[in-house]
Amino acid sequence: MLRLENVHSFYGRIQALRGINLHVDSGEIVAMIGANGAGKSTTLMTICGQPRARSGRVLFDGDDITHVPTFQIIRSGLSHSPEGRRIFPRMTVLENLQMGAVASDPAHFNDDLGLVFDLFPILGERQQQRGGTLSGGEQQMLAIARALMSHPRLLLLDEPSLGLGPMLVKQIFDVIGQINQDRGVTILLVEQNAHQSLLLAHRAYVLANGEIILHGTGDELLADPEVRNAYLGGGN
Amino acid sequence: MAYFIQQLVNGLTLGSIYGLIAIGYTMVYGIIGMINFAHGEIYMIGAFLSILAFTMLGVTGVTWMPLALIMVLLVAIVFTSAYGWAVERIAYRPLRGSQRLAALISAIGMSLALQNYVLLTQGAGVKTLQPIIRGGVILYATGNFTVILSYIQIFIILLTILLMAIFATLIARTALGRAQRACEQDRGMATLLGINVDRTISLTFIMGAMLAAVAGMLVTMYYGVIDFFMGFIAGLKAFTAAVLGGIGSLPGAMLGGMLLGLVEAFWAGYFSVEYKDVASFGILVLVLIFLPSGLLGRPDVEKV
Repeated sequence: MLRLENVHSFYGRIQALRGINLHVDSGEIVAMIGANGAGKSTTLMTICGQPRARSGRVLFDGDDITHVPTFQIIRSGLSHSPEGRRIFPRMTVLENLQMGAVASDPAHFNDDLGLVFDLFPILGERQQQRGGTLSGGEQQMLAIARALMSHPRLLLLDEPSLGLGPMLVKQIFDVIGQINQDRGVTILLVEQNAHQSLLLAHRAYVLANGEIILHGTGDELLADPEVRNAYLGGGN
Repeated sequence: MAYFIQQLVNGLTLGSIYGLIAIGYTMVYGIIGMINFAHGEIYMIGAFLSILAFTMLGVTGVTWMPLALIMVLLVAIVFTSAYGWAVERIAYRPLRGSQRLAALISAIGMSLALQNYVLLTQGAGVKTLQPIIRGGVILYATGNFTVILSYIQIFIILLTILLMAIFATLIARTALGRAQRACEQDRGMATLLGINVDRTISLTFIMGAMLAAVAGMLVTMYYGVIDFFMGFIAGLKAFTAAVLGGIGSLPGAMLGGMLLGLVEAFWAGYFSVEYKDVASFGILVLVLIFLPSGLLGRPDVEKV
């Protein structure tokens, strides 16, 4: 479904990605883990064309989208919930969700709205509240819900559990599993919570310094001594 | 008292025109964070286009006034918004992502270019228009003073209120308005949701130019005299109105326009006509010093 071939990308003169090769197959949850600054978020943003890959190719459904304008990439069935949530603070919850549906067919707006309110009932209760007045957890739910409103086939999620308490983290990971299982949405997930995401993901990539240093199934990486040491808090 | 009411009516009329122009400044500032200093010239072009349209209607012999007004309005709006669109496309879009100063210089250059374009094609002299809407109602008469609310003033104030109501609804309730507000709050995120940001910005310039065109037409009908330089001072006044109301805020632009019109009318009526511009720009200075975010604007610092 998604394939990155030898992708290099830069912020100004600073190289952020050094030849990323990865693929995500239809129906999978794929996780990317790695230290801060390893290039996880940049990989997701480069898929959306912000920044554009300076060399290499990004393929979505077999089409080369490396040079397609961002808004058209999104309209082709890919959705990105970026780092830092970035909900619109001075728009209501409902308006934020309407913005999420810009790229999708208005005919199934009501169905999609019903589905995200099923996943996150609190958003249904707070429809008219401004995004900026929600709590951190609610904002995160809104960010994921907004990304789902475009009816995506592939969902990119950047740190959905960042800054949330353990209960909410569990809830968010449950929802990610549901989205994948019940709605058949393919997911590429970036997480600092390596343990949870390796449990959830079918496959995972480990990034360091803009390169992929390890790749395997979630279980393989959970068992890998190097991964345990570096990303799972020592040999426990 | 009668004199006061007369100045009030005059001030609201003038304020309507400032308000209509100010919306263009505030919307563009909201979405791309720059002052479109060529906006006054867009208003001037709107005025010229409406005189042209009135003249052509005279030649073709359209005499039924409502039809004539609607036709002139349409001509002015359509062609002026084409200018508004072109200004963004030519002078600002290529500079998007560069320093703010570059865009500012480009805006000033665009303003000069448009002034000289009209100077060359239309000449340096004034153009005049015979009053189209004559007469009025006597509101109030005392022995030596009569308060007249002229039909043209009623037309200007009502049309302005109508347009502002339409625009407020458009921004608050339609998909385009949501897209504009989203671009204003986080342009990168709007792109990530599938918004065509370039198109949204173009439409914002077009909408601002439409209102400037209406203001140009109204001012032509009200004063009957226009020239190629009229956009400069009017643009600065409307900019002042937008800053007074809180730049970036749509209701602020409307309120700021009205207040500025009233201040000018009362200043001219009670103190000195010659120094009315001093009053306006004095307000600009005071607002910038003591209330930089304006009456209805948000302070820059925001809780994230």
